[in-house]
Amino acid sequence: MTSVALSPPAPDFKTIAPDNWKLAIAVGLVVSVLATLILPANAAFWVVGAMAAMVAASFVVNAYRRHYYGGLLVSPAIAVLFVMNIFPLLWSLGLSFFAYQSNQQTIRFVGLRNYQQLLTNDLKAPELWANLTNTALFVVLTVTAQMIVGFLLAVLFAKQFPLRKYLLILVLTPMMLSVVAVGVFFSYYYDPTFGLLSQVIKAWGGEQFILMSSKTGAVAGIVFADAWMWSPFVMLLVLAGLVSVPKYLYEAAAIDRVSGWRRFWTITFPYIRGLLMLALLFRTIEAFKMADLVILLTKGGNDTMTISYHVIRIANEQNKTSEGAALSYLLLFVVIVLTNLYLYIANRRSQGA
Amino acid sequence: MADTRSIWEKLGFRKASGVGEAGWGHTLFAAIISLIYFLPVLIIILTSFKLQTEALAVPPKLLPTTLFGLIPEQYVFSPTLENFTSVFSRAYVAGGAAESTGFDRFFFNSIFIASTSVLLALVIGTLAAYGFSRYALKGNDTYLFIILTTRMLPAIVVIIPVILMFRISGLSGSYLGIILLYTAFNLPFTIWMMKSFFDELSPDVEDAARLDGSSEIKVFRKICLPQVLAGLAATFVFGLILTWNEFLFALLLTGVDTRTVPVAMNQAVGGGGIGVLWGLLAAIETLFLIPVFLVTFFLQDHLLRGVTFGTVKR
Repeated sequence: MTSVALSPPAPDFKTIAPDNWKLAIAVGLVVSVLATLILPANAAFWVVGAMAAMVAASFVVNAYRRHYYGGLLVSPAIAVLFVMNIFPLLWSLGLSFFAYQSNQQTIRFVGLRNYQQLLTNDLKAPELWANLTNTALFVVLTVTAQMIVGFLLAVLFAKQFPLRKYLLILVLTPMMLSVVAVGVFFSYYYDPTFGLLSQVIKAWGGEQFILMSSKTGAVAGIVFADAWMWSPFVMLLVLAGLVSVPKYLYEAAAIDRVSGWRRFWTITFPYIRGLLMLALLFRTIEAFKMADLVILLTKGGNDTMTISYHVIRIANEQNKTSEGAALSYLLLFVVIVLTNLYLYIANRRSQGA
Repeated sequence: MADTRSIWEKLGFRKASGVGEAGWGHTLFAAIISLIYFLPVLIIILTSFKLQTEALAVPPKLLPTTLFGLIPEQYVFSPTLENFTSVFSRAYVAGGAAESTGFDRFFFNSIFIASTSVLLALVIGTLAAYGFSRYALKGNDTYLFIILTTRMLPAIVVIIPVILMFRISGLSGSYLGIILLYTAFNLPFTIWMMKSFFDELSPDVEDAARLDGSSEIKVFRKICLPQVLAGLAATFVFGLILTWNEFLFALLLTGVDTRTVPVAMNQAVGGGGIGVLWGLLAAIETLFLIPVFLVTFFLQDHLLRGVTFGTVKR
């Protein structure tokens, strides 16, 4: 490690040399794994922390010695991300191989048993399947609603018109609200007695209307609140695409008397396709994680439990830390597969176009 | 030449063309849609001026004025500022002395934590984005993908180890811990966005400056940075909106002194149903909305330009 660190900053040398930071990462990983296996949790934490600091230091020294400005510029970001994101991820990956409960001191290595149990026993349990299908239902419904509403709103604001700036900020406001306020106030709107929805329906001659009494109603209520809150996000992305279409293309299309439908598909759509896909990706990931609105609106009642809420319950309320971590990793696997599928499709489309 | 415009065009509508100009007719249409969309927020704001009995009234009390007799009296409430004062100090027991609720502290915490972490992410992320954009790093794309992936992960995957890590290292309940965590949340987005801006700049000007003997630092500060100000503004707004309202990590990782408004709001909600003090909650949310609303409004023009992410064909 030292020999590499002391090597002269020859530009040819750096391409073929084994980089010292790579070695530092390898050493750090080995020591960290050993420390977590042998030492108690608190000591292991500091050992792993020291290893991380060593890796970071080797990274910076390497970059500095070689006038490797790119590396120097990137290193603070990598350091923060490592400490706050990647390190906890590795930790939870490690935890998923143990039997550990955060309210007890004991910790026991069980290998793949957590995963084995999840894949054999728990997946057969109708409850977990219900959570998974509910999550899928929410993903499909909320993302579809957000894409449609967001797209229509973007079309509405694509043109320049008087007061546009002031009206646009009104539409953007839902996104700025705290999810706690949205959840609580939608339960206020849906309330069977004093809720506005129920009062409006009553005024039109209906009976007392209890939206949350059935699964369909509960799902509709949650989807509506979520779609209302996050459609402006889709709108912003699509609007950015619409605004960036060069005006002369439309002028040329007007001269050639191209129909509106065809003009959309041949001129507008190529400009917003990438952003639409990006909005789809971001919103799908977010919808997959959905828990807060469910907690606030139904507390999982009426068969609206999502998988994310299930993990929070297991890990936080029942203190089954390891099982929660194992389930999280299975979920992560699904998300990564979906993401790569998305990237694959997006790449193939853009190459085909 | 005869006026060939249709009645719609005379009213101010133009034929839809994606980009273009439209008149007051379109404004009217957009205003109706926008107001319907804004209605739930408007009700929250109006509720903040209502007493509890008015908030729960059947039939609902909708507006603070009769609009010159247009609205029947039964739908009208008399606006009060009581909720706003009781956000900051109120009597917990009926008839008791008013106590401070600590909300001034929570507002300070929210502003301090959100602005510090977003600015920190902006500084660190902009440097990294410049590095990724201007210097060929080995495995550049891999780093960028990993950085993006950390944003894609469900929060639940990292929350357990983050709690453990904070507990062991004593960061739990400190400003430093939550600020660093939020900085890490904002970084992937900041890096991707700023990189797309740096990628769009023409390298010719920079090369010319280098030939004239400008240092790398001077090239970055005097030439690149001024050109990406719109991107900085847009990234700031997005980061602020997301950080401002973050709830899950704030709930689990902030202490009494560092509690942010969303967490305090959740505690003020209490049990739900009739027990919720609707006017008070609405007042908290209204006050909490103002800063981020103003920032977004003033940086709005940059926001639109900023979200293109460089995915748009040039």
